[in-house]
Formats: sequence, structure tokens, C-alpha cells
Amino acid sequence: MPTMNTMTSAPAEQFDDLDQQLRADVMGMWVFLATEMLLFGSLLTGFVIFRIQHAAVFADAASHLGLKLGSINTAILLTSGLTVALSEQAVSSGRRRSAFSLLLISIVLGVTFLCIKFYEWYIEYTEELMPVLGLPFRFKGEHDHVAELFFNFYYMMTGLHAVHMIAGLGVLMVILMQIARWSEPGRVTRQARIGGLYWHFVDVIWVFIFTLLYLLRS
Amino acid sequence: MSTAAPGAWPRDHYLSSGWSLRAWLLTTDHKRIAWLYTASITFFFFLGGLAALLVRLELMTPVGDLLSADFYNQMFSFHGIVMVWFFLIPSIPATLGNFLIPIMVGAKDLAFPRLNLLSWYIYTVGGMVVLIALLTGGVDTGWTFYVPLSTLFSNSAVVWAVAGVFVVGFSTILTGLNFIVTIHTMRTRGLTWFRLPLFVWANYAVSLVMVLATPVLAMTLLLIAMERLLGIGIFDPALGGDPLLFQHLFWFYSHPAVYIMILPAFGVVSELITCFARKPVFGYHGMVISLMTITVLGFLVWGHHMFTSGLSLYAGIVFSLFSFLVAIPSAMKTFNWTATLYKGRITFHAPMIYALSFIGLFTIGGLTGIIVASLAADVHLHDTYFVVAHFHYVMVGAAVTAYLGGLHFWWPKMTGRMYPEIWARVAAVTLFIGFNLTFFPQFLLGYLGMPRRYQTYPEDFQILNVMSSLGAGVLAVGYLLPMLYLLWSLRWGAKAPGNPWGAKGLEWETSSPPPAHNFHQPKRVTEPPYAYHEYDD
Repeated sequence: MPTMNTMTSAPAEQFDDLDQQLRADVMGMWVFLATEMLLFGSLLTGFVIFRIQHAAVFADAASHLGLKLGSINTAILLTSGLTVALSEQAVSSGRRRSAFSLLLISIVLGVTFLCIKFYEWYIEYTEELMPVLGLPFRFKGEHDHVAELFFNFYYMMTGLHAVHMIAGLGVLMVILMQIARWSEPGRVTRQARIGGLYWHFVDVIWVFIFTLLYLLRS
Repeated sequence: MSTAAPGAWPRDHYLSSGWSLRAWLLTTDHKRIAWLYTASITFFFFLGGLAALLVRLELMTPVGDLLSADFYNQMFSFHGIVMVWFFLIPSIPATLGNFLIPIMVGAKDLAFPRLNLLSWYIYTVGGMVVLIALLTGGVDTGWTFYVPLSTLFSNSAVVWAVAGVFVVGFSTILTGLNFIVTIHTMRTRGLTWFRLPLFVWANYAVSLVMVLATPVLAMTLLLIAMERLLGIGIFDPALGGDPLLFQHLFWFYSHPAVYIMILPAFGVVSELITCFARKPVFGYHGMVISLMTITVLGFLVWGHHMFTSGLSLYAGIVFSLFSFLVAIPSAMKTFNWTATLYKGRITFHAPMIYALSFIGLFTIGGLTGIIVASLAADVHLHDTYFVVAHFHYVMVGAAVTAYLGGLHFWWPKMTGRMYPEIWARVAAVTLFIGFNLTFFPQFLLGYLGMPRRYQTYPEDFQILNVMSSLGAGVLAVGYLLPMLYLLWSLRWGAKAPGNPWGAKGLEWETSSPPPAHNFHQPKRVTEPPYAYHEYDD
């Protein structure tokens, strides 16, 4: 009965049916996110230990970060999370056009986030707060070595997050092309779901990074 | 059971679809990928073994005469890095696990076949990068990459080595992910969780460790590379950082990594013992519970590597306590294996000899673990040959022996050929003797105070060191023999029937070698695992 459901497509050969494939794909992404959580978790735990050890200096150093730009970026990223979620729903209910435009908006928001992030790094570079590759580090405050450690963590955490953003944007673009082609709706639905999971994870990680780095200031 | 009729191969099996390079390098069949892994890890095993042999040759005499001091440091580092990450960690899961898990759960393949192939490629790339490290000057930090030696002082190819291990970590993670999802979502009808073979349970437990521990190592290695390349000094005290943080992060991975090496071995040995004792595993549920308990406890004991590093006394007491607790589930397993043997109809085929030597060697390795886990004794034994002997008993004596036992047991299934039984028994016994001769003297050396990683030692220690080095020669024979006769059997071995051992389990209900999608018809499981009693009555 080919007319009954045009969404039907064959599962990959190792699976019995599409339902099993969807369960496997979704679970695979969750397991992958567990790995990612431990990757960021080790870095964040290290940061928290030093944050407690050098509370005053870290708070002082944190106040040199651009809170305004950081807040704008947080808003942008969370909005992109919303549009990804809406796009995912549109895909599964077959509203192709709105799925496409919502995902496009998400990608634009993601790119904007990265541009602002790069701009922030540039500002810190001009203020000589970038202690990498032997660049000069001039911190206007006491204990500049400890402040340097704060900035080391800052670049590791935001840098690693940016790498994940770039990977996430790649994933979203693949899904965008799939939506544009719309050759296998069942497959697009699966991809939108697991791609969305990844994007939300990157959002949530940013919330933690933003709180730890920007908000805990003096 | 050895009276089983000689096998006739099915016309269609997973190897009959072609032997071209393309059929191997672009395959997504888990059984072929298992062979890709087997070939790769064998290569690295002999490479790492060669480094060990050079180390043992140097230690024949108390003075440094065969190797230069630098080269000696590079050899033990290279031995550790290769054996840990390129042999032991992938050993059982990526070869036997890859081949057997989909068959044991009655599936056509793993959940993500292409990801499975990708993880072999990642492994290969990681391996090549580590070989680059060897060729561009080697590494002299030991396999542990301790800071500040690895970040501030070593002039060797640390970044290459770290990069290679970083890369291979992703192959481990992807394998673990694939197994977890497969076991959760692809079990065939009637195959409930408590009907799963213990081999599947063991690989499930190990996959959890792979997925949750490996990313922490990735981050640790990334920070070392960043410190060397960009000067991001999170472990550098001059920048307010803390070298001890490195040790915490490193052992948060590397202690669970020990369980990555030993848990699959538990699974293999459970299968072998029950088959050759013709009895169901004693305390199946207890075996599952102990596997999962070890998995959880394994994450809570990393501090016992740091008793002498300046850990607080209270932290030390807690870590020591948790380390002792690991002994309980481990002992549970050992007693259950013994109880499975009790009143069994035991036959001493080669896999069984491997399994029995596993129990002996694991018991010694495990009990000496309790000695080094106690705070006071560890101050004396830390960084001595006692520790070296302890972890070799667990990771080589136990894990590699189980790997070889499993390889023999499932060889007929994987290749469709029988191995020569007499030679296999000779090899298994040689291995047991060679292993004990190599490593038992090291307990004594360590207890007497010989530190590890030194090229020279006082003359009083020479006799024990010579014993150990001679044992390494016997051990080498024990490893080379299977290599030779297993290769021989690929061409000249007798054709294997579907179930040469009269064993239970889905993998024995399909042909040897299995068809491309493992079974011609979907399987339905209606009985508990290891129902040997009904079978033989």
C-alpha cells in the first residue's frame, strides 16, 4: 500500500524496522553526549578547583571580560536553540518550508555568535590579555600569574566550545541541505532529531561556561 | 565433544564475498572489521613486545651497556604507550567483541557499521602518528606523560605521542558507543538482559568505561599539547597551575582504563570455563552484579596512584578503602569460576588451559593489588618493580591470556578452521611458565627496593633480573607459537563444524564461518544462558 504513508522508507540493512533504527540513532547521540559531557566536565572541574583556590584573583580577572557581549551572545545562542527545536518539530510534521527557514535562522544566529566571540577575543588581544604563544600579558591588578591562569582556562573553555559550535553548524548545514532536497523524509526527521540534540547540548555547555567565567566576577 | 563430525562450510559465508583490498578496507561487516583490528593489534603487540625485549636484555647486567640511557627511556615509554593504547585497550573488545557481540545478541550487524569501520581508521591514524613519534626522536616520559617532565623538561617527541594517543581515544569511544547502542536496541526476540552471555555483559560494562573515561584522557592530553605548543600553563605552577591536577585527571582515566583491559577478559573466561566444565556458570546474576560493581567502583579509586604525590591523608584513606572494596566483586568472580568447575566434567582443551592459567595469574595479580592499595605498604612499594609485577599479572598474565584463550575458542567460528590442539596446549603451558618466570622475580625485586624505569641497578639484584629476562625469552616463545600455528591453520587446519565444542550460545547456532548477516533466519531465544545440563543429559 504505497499510498498509505509516503514518509515510509526502508531501514538500514542491520535494522529490523525504522522504529528500531530511530531508537538506535537517538540513543547513539545520547551516549555521544555523555562522552562530551565528561570532556567538558574535566576542564570545568579543573576550573572550579582553581576558582575556589584563588577566589579573589579569579573574580577580579573575570571582571575584565566583556559581560555585555557575553550576555548578548548567550541570548543569541539560546534563541538559536529555540529555532532549532521549532525546526525539528516542523520537520516531523512535514512543514518543509518553515523547517527550512527556521533552521536557516538558527545557522545565522550560530554564525553571529561565533563572530561576536571572535570580536571578544580580538578585544582581549588588544588589551594584552592573551597569554598564549608568548604574547605580552599585562594584567592591571595583583597576582598577575594567577590571573594568567584564569585567562588560560578562559581560552581553553571558550575555544573548545567554539570548535563544537563549528562542528554543530556543519551538522545543521547538512540537515538544511537534506530539508531542501526532501528526498527521504524519514531520514531527515531522524537527522533533525539527533542534530538538534547535539545543538542543544552545545547551548547548555555555554550556559555553564558563561556562568563560571563571566558571572562570577567581583 | 571432540568427536564432532568434520565440518562442511556453507556455500555462502562472510568471507566468500571477495578477498580484494576493497572488500576489506571498505567493508562495513563487523566480522571483517574484527579481522582488520586483529591484524593491526597483532602488529602493535609484537612491536611493543620488541621494545620490552630490549628493556629486558639491557637489564641482564647491572650496568648500562646495551642501550644508551636515552634510548632505554624511549624503549620503556614506547612499550607502555603501544601496549596500553594500541594493544590492550582494543584487544578483546575490538576483535572478539566486534566479531561476536552482534552474533551473540542475534543481530545482523552492529548498530552503526560505518562508524565501526571509521573507528578502525581512526585507530590506524593514531597508530601511525605514534610511529611518527618513535621515528622523530621517541618519547622518554613513560606512558604516563607526567608533568612537568612532559611539558617543561622533555625534549622528545611528546606532542606527536600525545596526539597519537588522543586520536586513538576516539576510536575507543566510538567502539564503546556502538556496543552500548547495539546491546540496548538490537537484542533478538526473547533475549532479555539476564539471558545475555556474560561476554556481552562484560563488553557492555567495558563500553560504559570507554565512553565515560576516555574523554577525560582526551582533555588531559590536549592540555599537555596546549602547554607545549601555546604555553597555556594549566599544569604549570609558575602560572598558578597545579601538576597534581594532571595526575588527578590522568588517573581518572587511567585507572578505569585498567578495567577496560580486564573486564572483557572476565567475560571471555566465563564463557570458556562454563563450556569446558559442561556446567552453567555458577551464580550468573552475581557475575553480572560484580561486573557492574567493578565498573562503578573503578571510577572511585584513581587516588591510589597518588598516595605518595602529596594527596591529603583523608583522601588517601578514602581511596584506599574504595580500592579494597574492588576486591569483593573480583573475589566473587573468582569464587564463582571455581564453583563452576566444582563437579564439572572438565576437559583440558587449549582454551581451558588458558582460562585456568588466567584464574591463577589473576588471583596473584589481584591479591598483590590489595597490598599496594594499603597506604603504608604503598609508600614502600610505590614506583618499584613490585608495582610493575602487579599490573603485568593483571594486564598481561590475566588479560592477554584470556584474549588468547578466547581467540582459540572462537577461532573455528571466525575462520572455519580448527587450530592444531597439541601445539595450542604446548603454547598455553609455555605461556604460563614463561610469564611466571618473567614477573614473579619482579615482585621480589620490588620488595627489595628496586625502582622501576632505571637502566642500572646494584649487583645484588642481578640474579633475579637474569631470571626475569630469561623468562621473557620463554614468554616470547609462548606468544610466537600461536602466531605461527594459527596462521598455519588458516590454510591447513581441519574444516570446523558449526559447533565444535558443543557449546551453548547463539554464535554456535550459525555456521562456521557465519553468513554475511550472521543468521539465515532471525533467532528466538527461549532459554537461560549456559543451559548445559539439559544439553548433555
